Amino acid sequence: MGKYFNQAVECMPREQLRELQTKRLIDTVHRVYQNVPYYRNLMEQKGVTPDDIKSLEDLRKLPFLTKDDLRDAYPYGLLAAPLSDCVRIQSTSGTTGRRVVAFYTQHDIDLWDECCARAIVAAGGTKDDVVHVCYGYGLFTGGPGLNGGSHKVGCLTLPMSSGNTDRQIQFMIDLHSTILCCTPSYAAYLAESIYERGLRDQIHLKAGIFGAEAWTQEMRRDIEEKLGIKAYDIYGLTEISGPGVSFECEEQTGMHINEDHFIAEIIDPVTGEVLPDGEKGELVFTSISKEAFPLLRYRTRDICVLSHEKCSCGRTHVKMSKPMGRSDDMLIVKGVNVFPSQIETVLLNKGYAANYQILVDRVNHSDTIEVQVEMMPEAFSGTVADITNREKELVDAMRAMLGIYVRVKLVEPKTIARSEGKAVRVIDKRKLID
Amino acid sequence: MIIKQLSIFVENTKGRLADIADILAKENIDIRALCVADTKDFGILRLIVNDPEKAAIILRENHCTVALTEVLTIKIEDKPGGLAKPIRILSDHGINVEYMYAFVSKEFDSAFVILRVENNEAAIKILLDAGVTLVSSKEIYDM
Ligand SMILES: [Zn+2]
Repeated sequence: MGKYFNQAVECMPREQLRELQTKRLIDTVHRVYQNVPYYRNLMEQKGVTPDDIKSLEDLRKLPFLTKDDLRDAYPYGLLAAPLSDCVRIQSTSGTTGRRVVAFYTQHDIDLWDECCARAIVAAGGTKDDVVHVCYGYGLFTGGPGLNGGSHKVGCLTLPMSSGNTDRQIQFMIDLHSTILCCTPSYAAYLAESIYERGLRDQIHLKAGIFGAEAWTQEMRRDIEEKLGIKAYDIYGLTEISGPGVSFECEEQTGMHINEDHFIAEIIDPVTGEVLPDGEKGELVFTSISKEAFPLLRYRTRDICVLSHEKCSCGRTHVKMSKPMGRSDDMLIVKGVNVFPSQIETVLLNKGYAANYQILVDRVNHSDTIEVQVEMMPEAFSGTVADITNREKELVDAMRAMLGIYVRVKLVEPKTIARSEGKAVRVIDKRKLID
Repeated sequence: MIIKQLSIFVENTKGRLADIADILAKENIDIRALCVADTKDFGILRLIVNDPEKAAIILRENHCTVALTEVLTIKIEDKPGGLAKPIRILSDHGINVEYMYAFVSKEFDSAFVILRVENNEAAIKILLDAGVTLVSSKEIYDM
């Protein structure tokens, strides 16, 4: 196996890819119109029929789906195949409201596994590799997705799931894990643990595939350095299938979207208008090959940029940037949009680790935002002025990045709770009041 | 003549100072003198102990943020005016005292003043020339 899992598709000439997408899109729209009354209703409200969809350009005539639609249609309302053909569900970790449940036929599982297999091969994986999966298993798509992809490539798969750091490290050493799959915050935690225990020489990792949460270039460099690996980004969402909707190649300049299965658009999040290549906006996906749960124009809430520039890896599929923020995570503080990722970028640029917490509150009808970040002990000179200067430096950098005053408080190392799954970085006390 | 002081970053949270005292007590570190410089959110705990290098290692192992700061200690008579003279001499020579704190020893019937100045070498020379008694690190650590 070379550097591609499926070269014919991954390097398919654009023209041919467009033909494939067009055919699959038209088929899917017909099928959804016929089998999903919920979406047929949305199309009728917009005055669109399947016959209006003849080319990829016609995609923009279709109505959007949002997470609210998925909640409204819970559980079976968006199912496009008979339930008896389905073999699996996965579900998102919703913190509020009803969970979102996605259905899969065996065909859907196979194509999802292949997407993950492409990601593993792009990260240098072959059947000789040992893939250490510490994404959560269960309803969360992280574990099952990479697990399936690893099987497809023929790697020895370690279904570790999350947690129990001592056991993770022990298996990593004893079974010679070569590719680590987990969330970037857990990778950073593992890297720190391995580094602190002086076990770096005993691990055999060469690559990591990290996704399911936002991370920065600085965090990537930190993990790569501490573990001696190349860290690859992977993107996905349960609604569309799971991890592997897009993945990074060795160039590490964006994630190739598996366009034979998913069509991507970037829209203006306010007007819904489709934006040209290179503009920043909300990412929208249309599944064109799934049987059970083929969502049309699903709004991801992720803000990113698409690039059709030719990639040195030879893949022809469009690349998406790392999401720059999630409109779900977006905080509006004093009328300004604040993404936690921007705050993280400032901290990492100033030499702090990604151990921080953002506290938003409302005092006397006015928003306040405070960032608590752990001190870097080795940089401490011992004076009060040292601390206040450091805090001021961060306040200035935050103001430059966000345009508002952010109170910064340095706290003692190891005092901000570490999580082994998704990081809880924002505490918005205003939500508790409203 | 130069003494190593521990400077520890502490958040103003309940029990934090007691935690640090406990950590040191467990490892038989004796505290000779201490002072806290605090702001609303945090403080810097300054400690003179019998074994600063060992104490710093122990504190770091316990995830404390610690710096070793070089300070001077002078011995003065425990009576009015004892402190004014050396401080005036330093200021007359243009040496700023960033901070100072004192402790009294019954055993020696004297007061000891810890001084943090910008230029230790210059301060030592000026003080010695003026006949002020500087205390060696060994004297302090063994006290
Ligand atoms: Zn590429």
